[in-house]
Amino acid sequence: MRGQRRAPLLGLLLAALAALFVLSLLSGRVWLSAAQVWDALRSPSDQLPSLIVRELRLPRAVLACLVGATLGLAGAVLQGLTRNPLAEPGLLGVSSGAALGAVLAIYTGLATALPLATPVLGLLGAFAAALLTLTLGRGGGVLVLILAGAAVSGLMLAGTALALNLAPNPYAAYEISMWLLGSLADKSWDHVLLAAPFIVAGLLLLASTGRALDALGLGEVQAESLGIDLARVRAVVLVGTALSVGAATSVTGAIGFIGLLAPHLVRPFVGHEPRQVLLPAALAGALLLLAADIGTRLLPFEQELKLGVLTGLTGTPFFLWLVLRLRRVAP
Amino acid sequence: MTRLAASGLKVSRGGRWILQSVSVEAQRGEFIAVLGPNGAGKSTLLSVLAGLLKPEEGRVLLDGQPVAGIAPRLLARRRAFLPQNPRCDWPLPVERLVALGLTPSLPAFGGFTAEDGARIELALAACDLLEHRQQSATTLSGGELSRAMLARALVGDPDLLIIDEPLTGLDPRHALDAARRLGRLAREQGKLVIAAVHDLNLALRHATRIWALRDGRLLADGPAATTLNAALLREVYDVTGCVAGEGAQAYVDYA
Repeated sequence: MRGQRRAPLLGLLLAALAALFVLSLLSGRVWLSAAQVWDALRSPSDQLPSLIVRELRLPRAVLACLVGATLGLAGAVLQGLTRNPLAEPGLLGVSSGAALGAVLAIYTGLATALPLATPVLGLLGAFAAALLTLTLGRGGGVLVLILAGAAVSGLMLAGTALALNLAPNPYAAYEISMWLLGSLADKSWDHVLLAAPFIVAGLLLLASTGRALDALGLGEVQAESLGIDLARVRAVVLVGTALSVGAATSVTGAIGFIGLLAPHLVRPFVGHEPRQVLLPAALAGALLLLAADIGTRLLPFEQELKLGVLTGLTGTPFFLWLVLRLRRVAP
Repeated sequence: MTRLAASGLKVSRGGRWILQSVSVEAQRGEFIAVLGPNGAGKSTLLSVLAGLLKPEEGRVLLDGQPVAGIAPRLLARRRAFLPQNPRCDWPLPVERLVALGLTPSLPAFGGFTAEDGARIELALAACDLLEHRQQSATTLSGGELSRAMLARALVGDPDLLIIDEPLTGLDPRHALDAARRLGRLAREQGKLVIAAVHDLNLALRHATRIWALRDGRLLADGPAATTLNAALLREVYDVTGCVAGEGAQAYVDYA
């Protein structure tokens, strides 16, 4: 039975994640040896290798895991909630809200004065978007929530475009467009400490919806008849997404495809029950983002490839595969 | 003891009355067939009785307690509900689909206990699904899917079973099987089964009682054999027909 392949898969994902985590500490413009990394972690010093590991690569790798897990889990939860295989973390307008907040920080120049202004305003933007989606979608079913999310997304994207349009100088416009491409470069422990509490709280909320998502596979009426409080589930998913995806996006910018693909990559091994998909999808998301981040550092381009660009480029073939597979599997 | 009592139920939608002062009572061991033309208010009545829809007026009591006041999870352990054409959106194996019926008694995290496993076995066996247990629910035939859904409803061993059109879309043999199964659940296991039914012959032969609805009003309530007659057919369905035969040979024919 498929369920029995879950434990080996989880073990495999964890092992791969650990291996990539180590690789991500070793790799970059300057390759470090395992011994150098080990020394840096064990006995911190002011030597360059030690600084690179502790102040640059470690926060970056930790952030990659947190953000990747967020995208994977949020994707799995939203696909479960909407019972739609194409749902992704940005569905409720949260990511575009975070992007608008962050872009406003750059637009107003706050970002140059305060380095953390971008993620903080991003978080505020994500919460504002979530609040708007919740207000617009209140009282309706999942479909109304999705439509509300689409409307809020559109509004936030328009705001971002407006900021780009009215950018005070070419440099600000450049900064904004670069930020929108998504990146884990130059992220410090401050970013990790700012985002981690929100991400962890959001992940816990999202993970708590497993049973309800399983029951929702039978449709909203049957789920309700099984004692599931649908309004509460929708609110928990929205708040969990706002916290985790909002925090993730406000630190790294929009990173596509991972939230969409991670659940699909693990379903062949763990089956389609939403609850069984959650944890493997989170691990797969972390794995994909960590791999993509290492990729941006290793690919030999003059300028470092942006994370969102790389996930977009590599995600598209997967997406095509998904479409072809669904066409075959779907009744 | 299972006793369901509803009084003065009123529901309106879009300025139209879907239910107008419907009062009904039922208790354990009964298989009640809810009859009526399309749009008579059968589905609405079943939703209200199941505690899933709040009536504008009137109330529903389960063993003397208002269903609106029972916590949804506790209510879900005593009452199973199946809507019209229930389906499953994910390609789950049948046994996992059936296991979803245990949702109200499962903790938020953690797996199934041995007792849960035994209940799933029992429900699979009761609905002749043992050979389909690993099959994906999305590849089942209509009859198999409806059996799987019935097993899903039975797995939690509810006292009260409310099903919207369990026989619709089934071929004669499967419809007969399903009607017999519902009758046995009431007769042998003492469950209260309330189901909307369009097949009058099956209602006549297997239900212990009928409720006939039209335009949101209850027109008749009584034992199938004595209540279903030519006058009621005309009143409820606008058809000219007759009810003939006795007991298991009773049948309805239309002119």
